[in-house]
Amino acid sequence: MTYEYENYDVCVVGAGHAGCEAALAAARLGLKTIMFTVSMDSIALMPCNPNIGGSSKGHLVREIDALGGEMGKNIDKTYIQSKMLNKSKGPAVYSLRAQADKQDYTFEMRKVIENTENLTVKQAEVTKILVEDGKVTGVQTFSNGIYPCHSVVLCTGVYLKARCVYGDVSNYTGPNGLSAANHLSESLKELGIELYRFKTGTPARIDKRSIDFSKMTEQFGDEEVVPFSFTNTPEDIKKEQVSCWLTYTNEETHKIIRSNLDRSPLYSGNIEGTGPRYCPSIEDKVVRFADKERHQVFIEPEGNYTNEMYIGGMSSSLPEDVQYKMYRSVPGLENAKIVRNAYAIEYDCINATQLKSSLEFKKIEGLFSGGQFNGSSGYEEAAAQGLIAGINAGLKILGRDPLILDRSQAYIGVLIDDLVTKETHEPYRMMTSRAEYRLLLRQDNADMRLTEIGHEIGLISDERYEKFLAKKQMIQDELIRVEKATVGGNAKVNAVLEENGSTPLNSGATIAELIRRPEITYEMLEEIDTKRKPLPKDVIEQVNINLKYEGYIKRQMKQVEHFKKLENKKIPENIDYNEVYSLRIEAKQKLQAIRPTSVGQASRISGVSPADISVLLVYLESR
Amino acid sequence: MKSDTIAAIATGMSNAGISIIRISGDEAFSVIDKIYRSKNGNKKLSEQESHTVHYGYILDDGQMVDEVLVIIMKGPNSYTKENVVEINCHGGIMVTQRVLETAVKYGARLAEPGEFTKRAFLNGRIDLSQAEAVIDVIQAKNQYALQSSLNQLKGNIQEKILEIRENILRDMAFIEAALDDPEHIDMDGFDKTLLSNVESNLEKLDKLYQSSGNGRLMKEGISTVIIGKPNAGKSSLLNGMLKEDRAIVTDIEGTTRDTLEETIVFDGILLNIMDTAGIRETKDVVEQIGVERARNQAKQADLILYVIDSSKELDENDDKVMEFIKDRKAIILRNKIDLHEIVSKEDIITAMRKYSDKELAIIDISAKLQEGMQDLEDMIKNMFYKGKISFNDEVYITNVRHKTAIKEGMDSLVQVKESIQSGMPEDFYSIDLMNAYRILGEIIGETVEEDLVNKIFSEFCMGK
Repeated sequence: MTYEYENYDVCVVGAGHAGCEAALAAARLGLKTIMFTVSMDSIALMPCNPNIGGSSKGHLVREIDALGGEMGKNIDKTYIQSKMLNKSKGPAVYSLRAQADKQDYTFEMRKVIENTENLTVKQAEVTKILVEDGKVTGVQTFSNGIYPCHSVVLCTGVYLKARCVYGDVSNYTGPNGLSAANHLSESLKELGIELYRFKTGTPARIDKRSIDFSKMTEQFGDEEVVPFSFTNTPEDIKKEQVSCWLTYTNEETHKIIRSNLDRSPLYSGNIEGTGPRYCPSIEDKVVRFADKERHQVFIEPEGNYTNEMYIGGMSSSLPEDVQYKMYRSVPGLENAKIVRNAYAIEYDCINATQLKSSLEFKKIEGLFSGGQFNGSSGYEEAAAQGLIAGINAGLKILGRDPLILDRSQAYIGVLIDDLVTKETHEPYRMMTSRAEYRLLLRQDNADMRLTEIGHEIGLISDERYEKFLAKKQMIQDELIRVEKATVGGNAKVNAVLEENGSTPLNSGATIAELIRRPEITYEMLEEIDTKRKPLPKDVIEQVNINLKYEGYIKRQMKQVEHFKKLENKKIPENIDYNEVYSLRIEAKQKLQAIRPTSVGQASRISGVSPADISVLLVYLESR
Repeated sequence: MKSDTIAAIATGMSNAGISIIRISGDEAFSVIDKIYRSKNGNKKLSEQESHTVHYGYILDDGQMVDEVLVIIMKGPNSYTKENVVEINCHGGIMVTQRVLETAVKYGARLAEPGEFTKRAFLNGRIDLSQAEAVIDVIQAKNQYALQSSLNQLKGNIQEKILEIRENILRDMAFIEAALDDPEHIDMDGFDKTLLSNVESNLEKLDKLYQSSGNGRLMKEGISTVIIGKPNAGKSSLLNGMLKEDRAIVTDIEGTTRDTLEETIVFDGILLNIMDTAGIRETKDVVEQIGVERARNQAKQADLILYVIDSSKELDENDDKVMEFIKDRKAIILRNKIDLHEIVSKEDIITAMRKYSDKELAIIDISAKLQEGMQDLEDMIKNMFYKGKISFNDEVYITNVRHKTAIKEGMDSLVQVKESIQSGMPEDFYSIDLMNAYRILGEIIGETVEEDLVNKIFSEFCMGK
């Protein structure tokens, strides 16, 4: 028999990285929020890789932080190694990545969650979403409790009908042997929600004591650590860092894999779910890059309190005996003892084109979703969506407009636009190439782009906002100053220039002109730029980037202007695409199904050609 | 969206021999049934086979409007993919208008400018660049330009642009893939490959862009300016080329105080000829303005025809003209050879040597007696076409929008080149590659701009 429990504003289903951000955002907006988890011990669990950030994912984390999310702060508290990747490339693709102490990470997040006002955590499996007249009214748990509410945020991750596969054997559990959520899928289907089945995987964990590190290359963290959160300075979070290790697979490894492919569930057909192309299992890599003699293998500690080491780059769903042989063929792993086997996991998720850009279901008012449930992969992608879904679930109740970031504002905007516009048939992973305007969407300026928005929503405190404004002012003032500050072509100046491999001056130049030289940085000119006042590192970084890449930034901004033109061309909600009779049938069907809100969004739907867009434009004009 | 039936005069509004009134839309046949009568009076055009021609009359309420030939085309096998009727009537503005009015009276609506082509486009009959080429077909005033426009209709320009865009896309994809998967995709040495690819794309674009100069010539004609001292016979030359008395010709120096412009066609070459005020020092204010204008026109001209009066001594005014034309494409016409010779060909060559060593094009003519005119026409043909332009296997850009886009695309590729040469990291290349890709896409309608579509259709002239 069902019974009615307490009323809530927002129910968040799931307590992974998406669920945590969603619940915190809603609660911090002042809404009475409850977060459900299948296990209190799995809050913000990192069941796969022991790191946060990385190429383009680091951008997401910094954006989450700028909007007032928690992930950046939490990894700053719990990192054990930090590195800025891609330093040899342009600033747009610099990416921050930190190794986390997994256990600390969940504990610290749990501490924040449990101590946030308006937020309740409940260990229970939600089995039903209650909907009346196309509007969410509450959720129901396995133990028949009913929680009436205004908004629901689904962040079920990989738990819906989860099945873990180890070669020939499989069992119906979530990651790490946690129980799967087996009932909710039915309820969603009854609501007319289209479900997909995706798969992802994780490599083995190996006992540190069985690894011969002398055969590997040590990978250190950066000496100067950049925090993820804009609220921290490098000094705030400085600590002793641990090392990771690099080794490689070899022909022997590949031979073992190839001769056992028939036992891989991916190739035997035992897995029906679609896996991510960009986070492939080692057997995928061996098949797809057949000419590669070796692949990188990163050995990463899972934390300070454990001997478990994560074998990055070798996720697999091969049977246990093959795994043993395969891992032991890698230099340094000859005597490896596997603590946890690699496995693949299959789960239910949705076709995210059923969502609006606010992450609310088009057909069910008040039902939002975020994270792997939406067909993405990765902790950071999940957290980003969870944050937006939580914010919008809250804003809706408050009667405010939803927060929708566009592709020129944030990686988060790109991520969500891709998910809700382009039908993804594999777990979606964020990548720098997906962001057209990435020179503007750098990890270093996420605060410049988004703090204002976070403050307006109500997730950034006035105090933090004031600090941000002060930083912005400092950057502006310094940019103006260096444009005016001049130096002559004297011996002292030229000595500094020559010392840094730059051409000496014949006549005067501004400091800005010198910084624009590729080989010169702001810091190098300290001696000759006499009127300079001491500035924080992050301010100097902005001055450097803004001057050095000025031309590119301007050109990219022009591209954004073009983009906005089509983006601002709105499509009326009640449009009947059957009336636009010269559209091709495929385009008509896609447009009818996805119902884009702007011509810009329509142009990104696969199956809608530029000719269709022209036709649509003429139709809209003649309406 | 059921389309109504539209009608318009498809040929230009002039006193041509034949005019065509075109009707398009679901009701095109019922309109023609109401206004057409065959010779024996019992033929219904709506029941005839598609793509057939019928002789008969257009009647308005029983009154004959004109004797006509009617072509019927059933959708979708027509220009607009709708039912189309074309009425060929006798030219003449009055009659043509009357036929159109009759069609409108019996159910057709007057078409808006560009509406036929807009329908052809909306119904998927043509793409954007083909639609634009239609404008050029309409506006092409000579056969060469027409041929070029037709080439464009067939999609030649698409092919070229597609090829270049394909190349750019491949490079972009490689960079992006390498950024995303540095472990498996190595970018070492790619900058050299990219540099050579960019240069080859630039070359191809430049070829297209260069052709646009010719394109302009073909579409608008070769802008030709006649200059010379007062009363050297400039207006007579123009008249001679026009073969009718249009410019004012008198014996008083300085009669042509303003610039006269005429269009002539010979052998398919279109010349826009401007007769100008004679160039000389003058105190007459009005004449001064004319002289100034003449200089400006000549500066922008593709071809200068410099007329020298061979019966008068060369003076300082001739010196000025000679200096002016030294780097320009010019033909020197030794006029009035029917009179007593004072200035010989050698005199002219000697005088010109002060300013230029290049080979001179000098022709003897008598504008008055129409002597040497054929030589002039032959020389013009030689200068502009022989060996420089072949019309059948090349693509020409005849549209300003295309030309601008190609220029911008080239600018972006030059930026890529600069980025490579100044050692910027690879991820910077893609900003400008993306720009080039997008802008070139505008030409073939692969990049959609917000107001582009409507802008294009508003450019169409009435009836097409």
